[in-house]
Amino acid sequence: MNRLTLIRTVVIVAFFGLLEILCRTGIISPFTMIPPSEMAVELWLLIASGEVARGMRQTLGNVAVACFFAITVGFAVGAGVHAVPRLRRALDPFLTTYYAVPFFVFYPLLVFIFGMNNFPMIMIGFLFAVVAMIINTLNGLDKIPRVYRKVARMHHMGRTKTALLIELPYAIPNLFTGVKLAVAYSFIGVIAAEFILAPGGLGYAISFAYDNFDNNTMYALMLFILVLVTIINMSLHAYERRLLRRQGR
Amino acid sequence: MAGTQATYSRKDHERAERLRYLGDIALVILGIVVVWQILHMLAGDVAISSPLATAIRAGELLGSANFWPHAGETAKALVYALVIALLIGIGVGTWLGAHKLSGAVAEPILVALYSLPKITLYPLILLIFGLGIEAKIAFGAIHGVIPVTIFTMNAVKNINRVFLRSARVMKLTTMQTVTRILLPATLPEIVSGLRVGFSLTLLGVVIGELFSSHRGMGFLVMRAIGLHDVSTMMAVTLILAVAAVAISSILLYIDNRLHRRT
Amino acid sequence: MSHEVHARLEGVTRVYPAVAGNPPVHALGPIDLDLRKGEFFSIVGPSGCGKSTCMDVLAGLAPPTKGTVWFEDKRVHGNVPDGIGAVFQEDASFPWLTVEDNAAFGLRRAGVDAAEIRRRVEYALSFMGLKDFAKAYPAQLSGGMRQRVCIARTLVLQPRLILLDEPFGALDAQTRLLMGDELLKLWRETGATVLLITHALDEAAMLSDRIGAMSARPGRFLETVETGWSRDRDSRMLEGETFGHITGRLWQMLRSESKRAMGHEGGVA
Repeated sequence: MNRLTLIRTVVIVAFFGLLEILCRTGIISPFTMIPPSEMAVELWLLIASGEVARGMRQTLGNVAVACFFAITVGFAVGAGVHAVPRLRRALDPFLTTYYAVPFFVFYPLLVFIFGMNNFPMIMIGFLFAVVAMIINTLNGLDKIPRVYRKVARMHHMGRTKTALLIELPYAIPNLFTGVKLAVAYSFIGVIAAEFILAPGGLGYAISFAYDNFDNNTMYALMLFILVLVTIINMSLHAYERRLLRRQGR
Repeated sequence: MAGTQATYSRKDHERAERLRYLGDIALVILGIVVVWQILHMLAGDVAISSPLATAIRAGELLGSANFWPHAGETAKALVYALVIALLIGIGVGTWLGAHKLSGAVAEPILVALYSLPKITLYPLILLIFGLGIEAKIAFGAIHGVIPVTIFTMNAVKNINRVFLRSARVMKLTTMQTVTRILLPATLPEIVSGLRVGFSLTLLGVVIGELFSSHRGMGFLVMRAIGLHDVSTMMAVTLILAVAAVAISSILLYIDNRLHRRT
Repeated sequence: MSHEVHARLEGVTRVYPAVAGNPPVHALGPIDLDLRKGEFFSIVGPSGCGKSTCMDVLAGLAPPTKGTVWFEDKRVHGNVPDGIGAVFQEDASFPWLTVEDNAAFGLRRAGVDAAEIRRRVEYALSFMGLKDFAKAYPAQLSGGMRQRVCIARTLVLQPRLILLDEPFGALDAQTRLLMGDELLKLWRETGATVLLITHALDEAAMLSDRIGAMSARPGRFLETVETGWSRDRDSRMLEGETFGHITGRLWQMLRSESKRAMGHEGGVA
């Protein structure tokens, strides 16, 4: 395990080292990309100036709202649909092909209807994330072996108690997979929306910097988003693995 | 005989069941259209055009000569991107699946890349490839290559070792082992990867067209919003969505059939 | 010798209603069965013969289509009576709880006070050889150990009738023999009545006071065999001659039934 982490670190460091060399030697022109070390320095300056914090607050706020609704609504819909097998069977093909629809084409429409504010971005984040939560809720509930319901009845437990004390805890790891994806997809949705058309936020800042040929700011922000999202996603991923391992799955 | 009678009734029942299932699906579609119509009535023509008006506009677009170059541009970018994603994804995935250490090192990196908002990298792509179709292809391929790699890796990694031992016992050549054993055994998972890869590649291509592009369906949407032409915007969106769902459904059908076999 | 009846099945039949165009399935019966208080009774029979259905009906998990079920002079009809514990073939340990929390589950539901819970759980865990694993999660244990967790979870409730539906079906042959010894020990200590469902003839022959051999579907009792073992038996009786006789006799009865079941399954599934 430790050896793997070491090799992985070496691979990642080597990748950035190679980029650094390619940029420094001019094989990659400074108009295309600035060296990673400079990105870090630029990012430090941006953070110190407080500019990142403002964009970040907006982006994280939108992601949090989108994500919250995606998780709660997704879970409720998933659990509801699971209880009605016929509806579930009819919805299945729509759920599986849902992500084939490139959702961002709805974004201009949403901006058009609701105006240039946070709402359309939250909506896109939500639409992008909610189905992952629905699918994983259905998955988690599907996987509960029937024998657990027999055990519940042997303990004289009613429907509600069975759901809360047996089915829910059993499904938690799968539900958490849904949560993890909902977070990642909300980020993708919100940042992409900001990037295309928005009043502010980190995605907008990158797109603004791109339009103004401000490569330094652009790369600094890119680095920031990628690092931030990777840290969040990987923490969730690690926690999910722990849950799954504890349940022996 | 009682047995035959039972089989007949089962067949009848299966047919009835199938019909009911298709009916249910039709109901879901009807439900979507109804919700759409209600939204239209609430928001008015300025914001959401009605299902009927959108369908008519979509029909006009499909019949107009101006539409097809844009559709062709999107389709071309999609196909190129998908081919690149498949070639790289299957190649790298096979390597990572066969070589345990590489796979173990790469897996978390792939997972991390999978859930990144890759849109942030788009300016970089634009700076490298310029504003033409190449950028869209590259961006689509970046989206599609990761799921194809992950699925292929897992398929190769989880291949039943008994198959390979049987191949040795039957004295198959390497070529025969690949074509008769490895490929059929991993195909279902690779098709799953292709299905997910298709969705993401299309997403990448369309995002590319929404941002700094002058051709393609995504561009049509952006232009329509500039002109406050709601029905065109929605018609293009509808065409894109229906085409995407149709292709994805075909892939899903193949996917399910392949998986049922194993 | 008079035997006090602990549970009784009278003319019990179970028919599963028609699903998906298939005709209704007559799974069980009609059967009659008197379980004597404190005995170890096994039901053996070919796969798909309705053994598990029989247990579900007795436990109150499924109502009989016809006939009546009695437990301790009360009628059971699709509702689980107090005093019956069940362990199933599938691993039903709760993966999100530690071994001791698993064992305490039923007691906590029943609102037993903490000190009593601790006492009973400690006893059950040490009895089942799980004392050192109290803080472990089921995923860290082997299949046999997990099945012990399920037995401990049932044991703490001090059931007077313990139903076991092929609890060792997923374990290897040697582990099964050892688990059989523990089951006998448990039976002796608790004084409970035990009904074991199994497809393993040797297991039934070694553990039981009486064995009911069931026919292929719809399951009926072909014959009930009395083993005449003493109460302090264990797996070492496998060496003896009587064991071979009993197993042989069971097989004689079940051979043609098993063949029938195989053909049956091939036709339907």
